[in-house]
Amino acid sequence: MPTIEVSKKGLMRKLGKPISDEKLADRIAMMGAVVERMDGDSWVIEAFPNRPDLLSEWGLARALRGFLGVETGLPEYKVHNSSYEAHIDESVRGIREHVAAAVVKGLKMDSEAVASIMQMQEKLHTTHSRNRKLASIGVYDLGKVQFPLDYTTVRGDYRFVPLGYRREMSIAEILREHPKGKEYAHLLAGTDLYPIWLDAAGQVLSLPPIINSAETAVTPETKGVFIDVTGLNARIVEQALNIAVAQLADMGGGIYNVHFGEFTTPSMDPRKMGLDISYCNRLLGLSLTWEQAKGYLGKMRIGTSDGMALVPAYRTDILHPIDLVEDIAIAYGYENFKPEIPQIATIGGEGRRAIMGRKAAEVLAGLGFLECNTYHLTSSETPKRMGQNEKLIAAANPVNVNYNALRSSLLPGLLQILSENRHYDYPQRLFDIGVVFGAGAREELHLAAASCQARADFTEAKSYLEALLRSMGYKPSFKAVSGMPFLDGRAAAVYVKKKKVGVMGEASPKVLENFGLGLPVAAFELGLEKLIS
Amino acid sequence: MVSLHEHEKRILLALNGPMGQRELAKATGLNPDSVAHASLWLMSKGLVRISEKRKALLSLGKEGKEYLKEGLPERQALMAIGGGTTASELEKKLGKGKFRIAMAWLMRKRLARSENGKLTLTAEGRKVLTKKMPEEEALEAIAAGKGIAEKEAGVLKGRGDLIRVTEDVARVISITPKGKKLVAGGITAATGANQLTPEMLQDGSWREMEFRPYNVSAVVPSVYPGRRHFAKQAMEYVRKVWLEMGFQEMEGPIINTSFWNFDALFTPQEHPVRDMQDTFFLKQKGELPEGGIVDRVRAAHELGTEGSIGWGYSWDPEKARELVLRTHTTVLSAMAIAKLKKEELPAKLFSVGRCFRNEALDWSHLFEFNQVEGIVVGGGVNFKHLLGYLKQFFSKLGFEKARFRPAYFPYTEMSVEIDVLHPRGEWVELGGAGMFRPEVVVPLLGEDIPVLAWGPGFDRIIMDYYSIRDIRELYKNDVQQLRTMRQWMRG
Repeated sequence: MPTIEVSKKGLMRKLGKPISDEKLADRIAMMGAVVERMDGDSWVIEAFPNRPDLLSEWGLARALRGFLGVETGLPEYKVHNSSYEAHIDESVRGIREHVAAAVVKGLKMDSEAVASIMQMQEKLHTTHSRNRKLASIGVYDLGKVQFPLDYTTVRGDYRFVPLGYRREMSIAEILREHPKGKEYAHLLAGTDLYPIWLDAAGQVLSLPPIINSAETAVTPETKGVFIDVTGLNARIVEQALNIAVAQLADMGGGIYNVHFGEFTTPSMDPRKMGLDISYCNRLLGLSLTWEQAKGYLGKMRIGTSDGMALVPAYRTDILHPIDLVEDIAIAYGYENFKPEIPQIATIGGEGRRAIMGRKAAEVLAGLGFLECNTYHLTSSETPKRMGQNEKLIAAANPVNVNYNALRSSLLPGLLQILSENRHYDYPQRLFDIGVVFGAGAREELHLAAASCQARADFTEAKSYLEALLRSMGYKPSFKAVSGMPFLDGRAAAVYVKKKKVGVMGEASPKVLENFGLGLPVAAFELGLEKLIS
Repeated sequence: MVSLHEHEKRILLALNGPMGQRELAKATGLNPDSVAHASLWLMSKGLVRISEKRKALLSLGKEGKEYLKEGLPERQALMAIGGGTTASELEKKLGKGKFRIAMAWLMRKRLARSENGKLTLTAEGRKVLTKKMPEEEALEAIAAGKGIAEKEAGVLKGRGDLIRVTEDVARVISITPKGKKLVAGGITAATGANQLTPEMLQDGSWREMEFRPYNVSAVVPSVYPGRRHFAKQAMEYVRKVWLEMGFQEMEGPIINTSFWNFDALFTPQEHPVRDMQDTFFLKQKGELPEGGIVDRVRAAHELGTEGSIGWGYSWDPEKARELVLRTHTTVLSAMAIAKLKKEELPAKLFSVGRCFRNEALDWSHLFEFNQVEGIVVGGGVNFKHLLGYLKQFFSKLGFEKARFRPAYFPYTEMSVEIDVLHPRGEWVELGGAGMFRPEVVVPLLGEDIPVLAWGPGFDRIIMDYYSIRDIRELYKNDVQQLRTMRQWMRG
């Protein structure tokens, strides 16, 4: 989950209320974030991925002021009308066509504030914007930008000085050589037209979603900023801008809109959402009045008007009235709900597979076998060790090369376990019950058992197999078969009611060698579901 | 007072002068091993002395046994030559190997003479025809088990594998003055049987028997049961807990389409959990379910169900067809709800099953894990009931105190994180729960009714119960550990 590092003193100052460390950590947790680390003044806070607005000291403080009752209700963000204009060229359609922008003026900047803006931008990029894929944010020194602006496209040979470099580079060069270019070039793959922000003087602002120009960077001397968001998803773009603008306004800036001809951004107007209080009470098991609900919503910085909830523009997680209900529950306090068991009479019952597995396990344990607990994932090389050339179902993207495919039988797992336990006394008799995977992603519950000892042989395996099946009410018959992993002449297919349900035999010495086993192994493997159906 | 084992007492009482171990075994009725063992104890207590006599012990080797039966090669040759024969005839009769050995000894002992390929016996040779050679006498003596001096056996040495010499250490045990004093002071030993035998029961002789008491603190050989794996025992218990509360078990596939694993659970297609690095994808694709369910799920994502604004993006059915190893058993809940009919409500369902995440392997991370899943559909359930079930479940696992914090899952609202108070005094995070969002329930069930859902992990509870630090130990299958691990005793 995404985290931010905040200064506890900075946070306290913004809260405007003294509170102990312990209490603060508890309140943060009960509001729906996690204090991951408290290291003197540096606290690391984890926010849930649906609350990117909490990923800054300012945003966290805004929410906490409400939750602690310092300042409740909807935060007001006034957007001043302005004459700032920008033009979107048709050519961005299909590339990064969704755009929103704003101007914030009257900022008192210092190096801390610059760092705070950078952190906000970075967090919005990695979380809400899915690593700049869905949206990317640019922040520029307003004093270095001349309106009206142009959001348009250029070819790969277009040149400017990117942030972090002192020389002009072509876009093609930037994508090849600049660290940010290399990191995000894939987001512009498949186009030879590149999105670009230009000002009235032809000065480059940025190449979204890759890099800003060096000329327009924000510094501690900056008094106002132009901020843009471009991307693939209109809602994500708009939300990213709103979160950024809300923070800049909290930092003391005044918000000014930007006109794009047909539309204007940002709109910091709250979204209206109806909330049926009886729906809320039914879900929470409470009997709140609308007045009480209003109070709880206010603690979550959600406004109310005429029986409607007013959702702040920076909240991205409110999709349905149920999300308001959760906010009410959080404000009410999860710790204040009294756990209850409802009076619902239902009849319980075990699954069919589970019953079969449990019954077989009981018999085998009674016969002196030890049950093993194994992985479903194995190596694609496993059949080779069994002397077979079967192809297992492979994972497309395994992190562990030794566990890159799905097992098709349980016996190899038992042989592997035997090979890892050679230092213990014999006989060792093991069994395993679990799902195996066949062609066409077919799944089946299997049972395998193996006996490893100096005198393990076909007869022993057959005795145990017969004991197991007899106990479960089945009468097996046997037909000689040949082929790995068993020794020729000492292997059989197992039939119940004329249906083949499994195999058994003495493991081939070649297989024992592959597993480094110095004692014979007699084993069987059954398809448990084949027995039922 | 010296404490004496029953065996030690019997040896002290039996000793009249120095005695060998075998002799003592006979006198005490103990087996020779017990005598050896008890004598060593007596020696360490200063009650007896043990002196060792080493003696060479002779036995016949392979050729020795053969020659005893068939005669020495030179004896066989003597018999064959008789009045005279040729060397080539003799070779034919004895075989090449034996012929050579025989000739060498005939010549060395001057028993025969060879002239122009003709063999005749010497005077000595004729004499030996009716008399035993010293080697033959030695062979017979050894075979008969008569003690013969090593010197006499010397004639057999250096002749292949005729005899074998092993060293025999005979221990002679004699009582010390301290031992004598102890015996004089009076010790008594029960005479009687070690083992109640079928014969004693048949002939009734057990009535006259006294049975020697056992040392009840003595170490006995270990025996091990066949048994369920300790982790499976724990899982059986968890299943029992839900069964007792009237829950029906859900079973279902491990390989699922992304549709069931993610889309049906309102997880947007751009969600990080659907990235390649977190989830196991297979190379092939699966099929989407028939009926209107796909359209309803698509609509929930794009536009939202009634009252919802959805995620607001363009939903891709191809991405929904990607096959994954289930990342949570919640996929079973989604499928179960889709199958539920109105008349089957309220329904309480559970599962305990393996889930997968594409993760590197270390002491605290595994690519497979166990999840406990449960849902309650309908019956007018609310958030308090969710907390009630969770509290009840964890108290059945020995955690009396549970607390609940807000959490986030794409498919639940309210969402809850559960912490339990561990007996060592700290809060431990044990997993997530919530109420399914309308965007999940409506497309699957057709109407918006409250559904409680939980899916805490279970491996940490098993590890805690068995004091396991390394999560890989759950799948290590160390045979000795499986044999000796204590049983899951909660029940």
